[in-house]
Amino acid sequence: MNPEELFLVEITVNGTPLSARVPARRLLSDFLRHDLRLTGTHVGCEHGVCGACTILLEGKPVRGCLIFAVSVAGSAVTTVEGLVNNDGSLGIVQRAFHESHGLQCGFCTPGFITTIHAYLKENPHPTEEEAREAIAGNLCRCTGYQNIIKSVLRAAELIDSGVRDDH
Amino acid sequence: MTTKSFGEPILRKEDPRLVSGQGRYLDDLGHDALAAAFLRSPHASARILDIDVTDAIDVPGLIGIYTYEDLEGRVAEPLPLLIPHPALLNGRTGYPLANEYVRHVGEAIVMVIAEDRYVAEDVVDLIKVSYEILKPVVGIEDAKAAHNAVHSSVPNNVSAHSVKEVGDARAMIKSAPHKLSLDLFIERSACSPLEGKGVYAIWEEDSQELRLWSSTQTSTGVRAAVAAKLDLPLQKVECIAPDVGGGFGVKIMHPWPEEVLIPWAARKLKRPVKWSEDRREHFISSAHERAQEHHIEVGFDEEGRILGLDVTFFHDNGAYTPYGIIIPLITSTQLLGPYKPASYRVEFTSLFTNTVLVIPYRGAGRPQGVFAMERTVDAIAKYLKLDRTVVRERNFIQPHEMPYDLGLIFQDGRPLEYDSGDFPASMAMLKKMVGWDDFETMRSEYAAMGRKIGIGVACYVEGTGVGPYEGGFVQVETSGRINVATGLTSQGQGHQTVFAQIVADELGVPIEDVFVTTGDTRRFPYAVGTFASRAAVMSGNAIALAARQVRDKALRLAGEALECDPQDLEIVDGIIRVKGDHAKSIALKTVAVLSNPLRYAFDESAKAATQFAVGDTSKPPVPEDQEPGLEGKDYYSPMASTFANGMHAVIIEILPETAEVKILRYVVVHDCGRVINPMIVEGQIHGGVAQGVAGALYERMAYDESGQLQNASFMDFLMPYSTEIPTVEAGHLETPSPLNPLGIKGAGEAGVIPGSAVFASAIEDAEGFEIRRMPISPSELWELRRTMKENA
Amino acid sequence: MKPSRFQYVRPQSIPEAVMALQRHNSKVLAGGQSLTPLLSMRLASPDVLVDINGLTELSGIELRGSELWIGAIARHQEVLTHVLVQTHVPLIQQALAYVAHPVIRNRGTSVGSIAHADPAGELTAVAALLGARIHVSAQQGPREILAADFFVGPLESSLQHGELVTGVSFPVLDATWGSSCQEVARRHGDYALAGVCALVQVLDGQIMAARIAIFSVAGTPLVIDVIDVHEDHEKLNLKVQALIDPDTDIHATADYRRQLVKTLVVQALTEARVHAELRQS
Repeated sequence: MNPEELFLVEITVNGTPLSARVPARRLLSDFLRHDLRLTGTHVGCEHGVCGACTILLEGKPVRGCLIFAVSVAGSAVTTVEGLVNNDGSLGIVQRAFHESHGLQCGFCTPGFITTIHAYLKENPHPTEEEAREAIAGNLCRCTGYQNIIKSVLRAAELIDSGVRDDH
Repeated sequence: MTTKSFGEPILRKEDPRLVSGQGRYLDDLGHDALAAAFLRSPHASARILDIDVTDAIDVPGLIGIYTYEDLEGRVAEPLPLLIPHPALLNGRTGYPLANEYVRHVGEAIVMVIAEDRYVAEDVVDLIKVSYEILKPVVGIEDAKAAHNAVHSSVPNNVSAHSVKEVGDARAMIKSAPHKLSLDLFIERSACSPLEGKGVYAIWEEDSQELRLWSSTQTSTGVRAAVAAKLDLPLQKVECIAPDVGGGFGVKIMHPWPEEVLIPWAARKLKRPVKWSEDRREHFISSAHERAQEHHIEVGFDEEGRILGLDVTFFHDNGAYTPYGIIIPLITSTQLLGPYKPASYRVEFTSLFTNTVLVIPYRGAGRPQGVFAMERTVDAIAKYLKLDRTVVRERNFIQPHEMPYDLGLIFQDGRPLEYDSGDFPASMAMLKKMVGWDDFETMRSEYAAMGRKIGIGVACYVEGTGVGPYEGGFVQVETSGRINVATGLTSQGQGHQTVFAQIVADELGVPIEDVFVTTGDTRRFPYAVGTFASRAAVMSGNAIALAARQVRDKALRLAGEALECDPQDLEIVDGIIRVKGDHAKSIALKTVAVLSNPLRYAFDESAKAATQFAVGDTSKPPVPEDQEPGLEGKDYYSPMASTFANGMHAVIIEILPETAEVKILRYVVVHDCGRVINPMIVEGQIHGGVAQGVAGALYERMAYDESGQLQNASFMDFLMPYSTEIPTVEAGHLETPSPLNPLGIKGAGEAGVIPGSAVFASAIEDAEGFEIRRMPISPSELWELRRTMKENA
Repeated sequence: MKPSRFQYVRPQSIPEAVMALQRHNSKVLAGGQSLTPLLSMRLASPDVLVDINGLTELSGIELRGSELWIGAIARHQEVLTHVLVQTHVPLIQQALAYVAHPVIRNRGTSVGSIAHADPAGELTAVAALLGARIHVSAQQGPREILAADFFVGPLESSLQHGELVTGVSFPVLDATWGSSCQEVARRHGDYALAGVCALVQVLDGQIMAARIAIFSVAGTPLVIDVIDVHEDHEKLNLKVQALIDPDTDIHATADYRRQLVKTLVVQALTEARVHAELRQS
């Protein structure tokens, strides 16, 4: 059997251009985690249902496990690591999760944070029902979602109060 | 003053790391490790005739292919039966790789090691296995019928059988004024943590040492099991649980076949090897739970008081019993909940089936037991036309009867004796919160709009904090940093926070200075594990005891340094001072220097310490009964489990045409004794309730008759999203446990336990006909309605 | 769960894409939201994957005469929020609201959903109900396939090997038309146990046309003209039930699905009428 063909994939991740040579079948989630070693993006099902691998592609949340890295070469990607403020303090959604006990084991959390970060850009004042709807594509086994909904509402409050968020 | 942190909703110390992508879960480690993938049986029952690797061997990146024939020494022996029991007549365990026979779809047959997981899966695809396909045993009825056997040495498929009696229940039922019988069934479900299992092993050839990371609920258990299997001295094996992405029971089993095989391969290849379980593997080759069939005979008086309860049930234990029969044992003992039937008989039979093995899933046999008991109580109420809560209240054990001995032996081998609880108070609180007494008004209001609603109630008692023990270690560094370690592991329960709260209060230090390590055998080698809602009770108390040792030593040394009676000292914000004379003080970190007669002035604390003199010059620098260092280690080992309890109520609406169930309100009253962190306890309840809702209305393991799991993906295994889970209204009642120093009881599993029971109660209330099987889908409920209509 | 090897081609033009698709066992990669899980589970193992995400000429949503054209790589979310779609074929947006979750819709393509021919897909039902035309590029040149001829069976279309779906055009519906999509799924965002799209024309308060498309109850979406029976729910149900053939699976029995269809048909027709009246007011 022949060795597999490799492609040079360059992606700007959290503002930094990064690259690696990978086979065409390398999933974006694996590319970020294992080739670029940004392990904040998690993989929970590899069939697009759980949402743990959700990252922002050109600012929009997408499933990392349903995209081939090679297919988005040249794009800009934001991961949960990239939502930390430049001074190292927590971004607004991250802080809201901490303050609202929005996580337990933390495995699904990065996917929720990226999803909510993008959602609040479009709807900065969600109602509780809208908040519930906004997170309805991500699975969490620990929290029962109640405190994640609370986190969405808390993040909206923090945005309103002018708390710093660099992203 | 140091703010008291025990009892406060302190924000979690683990969060900043986890929300910013800095967590380190198993698959985040070892990027350069070799990867493993497994060829797993596509058949439920088969004999392996041949394994042909011809096409697989020239795949670039392949490192090794291993079958049972390649296994050596103890690795080739059956996996251990962890928890033997006299009732487990025919315990059976599998091999790390199948030895001639496969007994469920998903059983590992071949291990492939390759440069990465993609390549390893390519190789798996190219290996050809030929099988003689045998007739499988699927489901309890099939197992009972025993036309086929899962293990040829157990022709009746019975792994265990047990009968327990308190009083003469059968005679009591016979002579009771009223009798009922019920047949009840609960289907399989599974823990399904968002992170699957995983193992990463590094073999250090130079020192002949194995370091191993596992996504486990018991790193000490894995360590001991792997050392035994690989014939290594315990000293040469360390096991670390990194951040673990949820457990709920499935990660308490050890060793999983992969936990033996991956270290074995790492040693053989002298290279790091990693296996990260994927979602499909998790469905078909880890563990399930819940499937039980119950037959109940109950006799009761005019008032609804239970005179005799006779429960016969069958438990589906899957293909193997490595974890013994903990689940039916728990069902049989915890079924009684808060009630005191005058007599009780319980008989169970545990059966082999050609399906994934069964080990505890959060709740561990209690959801089934509570379902059986609560359906029975509801049936009595319906029969006597009494309010369902009234029948419950009449059967409650009363507060003045505590401690209450139920006359049974619990899963820990100790007498089943409830230590605390005030069930009437809990029920009163629940009824008030949910508006039980006003519900008929609400029902008519909805009925007037053409809407159908129902209310359900369910109660449970949960034995928590089972022994044998846990330990705690507390150490004050000269920098003022407090290191705390305990051996049990964490999967999201917030241990780094709650244990820090305990230490902060015991020692009088700011919580920011306290750093907790769990699940690392290098830091604390003696431990049991995180299961049975035991971590806070067991390690919490052990750590408190260890902290008290440190406090005593610190005060004694400070007393010498300040030339005063330790009794007159207090510790506030990390400063030891004389009560009432705050000028006379010494920092705890300075005492840490004094505690170690190694007087190098290596840091600021050491310099500060030079002004103090401690120690009796007539004795050696480290006296006989002393140790250097300001640290303490202690263990907590309880005489018996402590019993938490709770009561749930739910109001549902059922859509008239489609039989879809909408949850209008979900109310919980919960008593877990003294609460260390109410925010975390509520979080545990929310998560538990979500799994209860899931188990009642959404999740099941759908095996077909050939033993194929038809829904082995998150597309078809319906784990609920936020849109399916209600907002939980929780009320707390605190009856402290008299059994442990902190007065706490476990809280981890509670929320899930009454799920099936409370929904069955509510659906029955709304529809008017009996609900005897859970979970229930809209389709099943609709079909049931149709059958009832046809029969009527 | 990692995809097996494939050759990756990223064409720069439609002819290049069509040429690449001539290779043995080739598949098109657009949004990949249905395809990638199949690849990861190794339920599909194409030798060649032709990634059309670079063909920007296929990303448009535009009016072409009396039709609304949606290009092959227009994402669901773009379609869902596009003003032309809202104005001219609102049914597409009504149906898209049920398609998975927003994060999936950010990458998944509406045309890809149709080309995938999933009998549980909302958009296949929309295409069938509206009589959409599927535009295909092939080596022999372009061709069009009517939706009615396109859906052949579950996950099976009349598309030939080597052909590329470049877009789908939907007839524009003036304000006399109202539409609705109704479905029941086990979880929010799941594939429907059963679903119904309805289209009615209302002139002067009178229903002049009424058609429905039922999905998830047969191998292909089922289009039924119900103008003759729409006023009599019993007859309506009889007509519909005679034509559907739902399966029993782990989520629902066939009879339950029939019950859902009965309920959803009425709901969808009622809502469609309300919608028409709303558009006219």
